[in-house]
Amino acid sequence: MSEQFEPKIVAFFCNWCTYTAADLAGISRMKYAPNVRVVRLMCSGRVDPQFILAAFRDGADGVLIGGCHPGDCHYQEGNYKALRRFHLLKPVLEEMNIEDERFRLEWISASEGDKVQKVINEMVEQITKLGPLDLEPISTPETLDEMLEKEQEIAV
Amino acid sequence: MSKPKVGFYWCASCGGCEEAVVDLNEGVLDVVEAVDIVFWPVALDFKRSDVEAMEDGEMAVCFINGAIRNSEQKEMVEILRKKSGLIVAFGSCSHMGGIPGLANLHDKESIFNRVYHTVPTIDNPDGTIPQVETSVCGTTVELPEFWDTVRTLNQVIDVDYYLPGCAPPVNLIVGAVTAILEGKLPEKGAVLAPDKALCDECDRRESKPENLCIDEFKRPYQIIIDEEECLLAQGLLCLGSATRAGCDSICVKGNMPCTGCMGPTSRVNDFGAKALSAMASVANANDEKDVKRIIGGIADPVGSFNKYSLPASYLHRKVRK
Amino acid sequence: MAGAKTLDNLFKVDPPAAAKKVREMMYNIFFVEDHALHFYFLGGPDFVVGPTAPKGERNILGVLGKVGLEIGKEVIGLRKQMRDLMVSVMGKAIHPVFGLPGGISKPIKKDEQQKFIDAANHAVEFGEFTLKIFNDIVLKNEQYVETILSDAYTHKTYYMGLVDENNQLNFYDGKLRIVNPDGEEFAKFTGSEYVEHLSEHVEPWSYIKFLFLKNVGWNGFEDGKDSGVYAVAPLARLNVSDGMPTPKAHAAYEQYFETLGGKPVHQTLATHWARVIEMVYAAERFLELATDEETFSPDVRTIPTETPEKGVGVIEAPRGTLFHHYETDENGIITAANLLVATQNNAARIAMSVDKSARALIKDGKIDDGILNLVEMAFRAYDPCHGCATHSLPGQMPLAVRIYDSAHKLLRELKQN
Ligand code: SF4
Ligand code: SF4
Ligand code: SF4
Ligand code: FES
Repeated sequence: MSEQFEPKIVAFFCNWCTYTAADLAGISRMKYAPNVRVVRLMCSGRVDPQFILAAFRDGADGVLIGGCHPGDCHYQEGNYKALRRFHLLKPVLEEMNIEDERFRLEWISASEGDKVQKVINEMVEQITKLGPLDLEPISTPETLDEMLEKEQEIAV
Repeated sequence: MSKPKVGFYWCASCGGCEEAVVDLNEGVLDVVEAVDIVFWPVALDFKRSDVEAMEDGEMAVCFINGAIRNSEQKEMVEILRKKSGLIVAFGSCSHMGGIPGLANLHDKESIFNRVYHTVPTIDNPDGTIPQVETSVCGTTVELPEFWDTVRTLNQVIDVDYYLPGCAPPVNLIVGAVTAILEGKLPEKGAVLAPDKALCDECDRRESKPENLCIDEFKRPYQIIIDEEECLLAQGLLCLGSATRAGCDSICVKGNMPCTGCMGPTSRVNDFGAKALSAMASVANANDEKDVKRIIGGIADPVGSFNKYSLPASYLHRKVRK
Repeated sequence: MAGAKTLDNLFKVDPPAAAKKVREMMYNIFFVEDHALHFYFLGGPDFVVGPTAPKGERNILGVLGKVGLEIGKEVIGLRKQMRDLMVSVMGKAIHPVFGLPGGISKPIKKDEQQKFIDAANHAVEFGEFTLKIFNDIVLKNEQYVETILSDAYTHKTYYMGLVDENNQLNFYDGKLRIVNPDGEEFAKFTGSEYVEHLSEHVEPWSYIKFLFLKNVGWNGFEDGKDSGVYAVAPLARLNVSDGMPTPKAHAAYEQYFETLGGKPVHQTLATHWARVIEMVYAAERFLELATDEETFSPDVRTIPTETPEKGVGVIEAPRGTLFHHYETDENGIITAANLLVATQNNAARIAMSVDKSARALIKDGKIDDGILNLVEMAFRAYDPCHGCATHSLPGQMPLAVRIYDSAHKLLRELKQN
């Protein structure tokens, strides 16, 4: 299974810096792994922690936030907000057993197409090693019995 | 016309929600006047067989408190679902998993291991563990199957309404009962409480600065807590801005921070993430080192932000390795 | 409250006198209302309405029918008054938030003292009144007294409870005292020494663990001195106390032991009577603390300075002795915990009580709803909500009675779940 495993990474990029950099990387045909689904937001400060957890819930094996370098945020404070949330979310994910490598925050300016390439390739490589995240589905009244059966197999 | 029939039931709960019903005080008498309570194990002698004998939909409404963590609770709530027109998830445990839901940081094996093998008082030389079936004097004695994962009520049966709170505030219970009796219910799936943040109804909101900045998070035992000033402004992890109003901010009135038992407002899916976001945004730091120091003052992030809501959160349980 | 006391111990901090007094006062207020709840709403219906009354009446509504709506309103009013005081001081009445290591979250203001004194006087009156109801309805009914005294509801076990320095009852603090089935002191120890005295036994057919006296040993579900089975809660608390520290409760205590033939009282159903006596004590203790100026002092916090590591706290909960034991990291985040909850202490004796009453009451395989309730009563005397003992485990009472003849052939089965 792990041979074919292609990790899915959701990337939340701010419009002004990182998204532009990703574009640049694309235009300059820099090669980066095709595993990333980019979500463009106006600012990294707009990344609600709910988005990140929802991404994991919906099948992401890793989540990347990209924003402008400190001091460069178009909205002054947005990336600082992202930074604080990131550092508070980290221990939460750790406690829930989600590995450190699966969640990353990077400052990437509009001109740093190569950094986009490098970060993504790194993440893909690390997460490929970790394997799929495979969050257990949450039961609904309809899927409960099936879930319980699976649970029985795992539980002792 | 005969009175509408009403039931109460408890699952993985502490009994506090049952007390909340009793706390209706003289209201209990009004309720009894208006409805027929046909099932309430803590206070009335009717049994499961009495419920099974009912027609489908015979009860107008059944209030269910407690999280769901074993097979017997599942069976019971499935029966109650059939027999009731409306199901109201009563209290944080049934609404979001509640305190018992924190067990989702563990699993059945580790819990049983701790409880039956390693606590300091255990005397279990044969390593006995409770079994779903045991043969005693030639008959089989059964126990409910203990699940690996604690679930909210709506992960097990279809739920019509939610009464939030640990335990739900009395005035909201009265409001819900009145709404049901008068047929003035909001749309299905609604939480029967005001849809605004607790800060909006808190007496201390005047002292909460517009752009609050915290240099250090503090824990209640570390400081003498001022009785007037906004608790968050004092550096305490008060979750009022992420939490739904309706409890009369009783913890804050008791001079302690809100820990979020009423859950989120309707615009939020994951309470813990929302609360986390609210707390992160008041940390007064922009460089990585300071951010880490201030945030590091929050000693137990999962427990602090998901004290009542882990099973209802996007992650819902610790990832298995 | 057990949590708050454990935190004091964990952070090695002694709360100021006022904080301890407020805690104890609030705790006694809680006892008044909780015992009232148990007596009138939960356990009382068996007696006040009658054990074999139709099940639709064996409840608070039936109680109201019997004692009258006025009295019912009085009960409700008293509870409301107590609960309101609790909310004003403790934040929440259910899951109070005011306890902190080293004290409480805020003092009670001096100008509120009169309100507390008035409520305390009301509680004392109410306690005496309940005692009278118990006397009139239960003690004057020969059949009920016979039921209480009958062998079906009797077990000669050890008893445990908290006592003060005079070996008299205290709910909030003190030392644990254990007496043997003859009423002689068997052990006395502080909460921190609990592991030396108590152990838990596991059975495959129950999620609950059965506590027993480590220094006697587990010898099965047996009565007597050689069995480590013991009991807690009102019955036990009176049995381990050399008297009550307040006058009205003490008078009732004397009458109780006189009527029931001296100490210790082994009749499980006497628990209901003991509970009413405790309610009187709680009310009187409430009054003592409400009239004490120091209770209303603003000095309610000692800020902890020591690094936490391990703490044990013990308290008498309404249904019996409750132990909390936490181990933490240096930030005070719990890494391991052990809780011995009230009903667990009683679990073995409860199992024995159900068994014995069933054997005594079910004759020739004949059983009906009334008899089943008589069996359940053996249980309800201890704890109406078995969920307390297991928290996340089954919250209802899955009592099934299967009747076998001597050849182990199933005659009838009656299930209560
Ligand atoms: S919501 Fe709170 S009061 Fe209700 S059962 Fe759960 S823990 Fe107890
Ligand atoms: S943060 Fe807490 S204390 Fe401050 S206004 Fe909101 S609820 Fe009140
Ligand atoms: S203040 Fe917060 S924790 Fe306290 S009751 Fe209200 S919502 Fe719940
Ligand atoms: S605009 Fe790029 S991080 Fe705010």
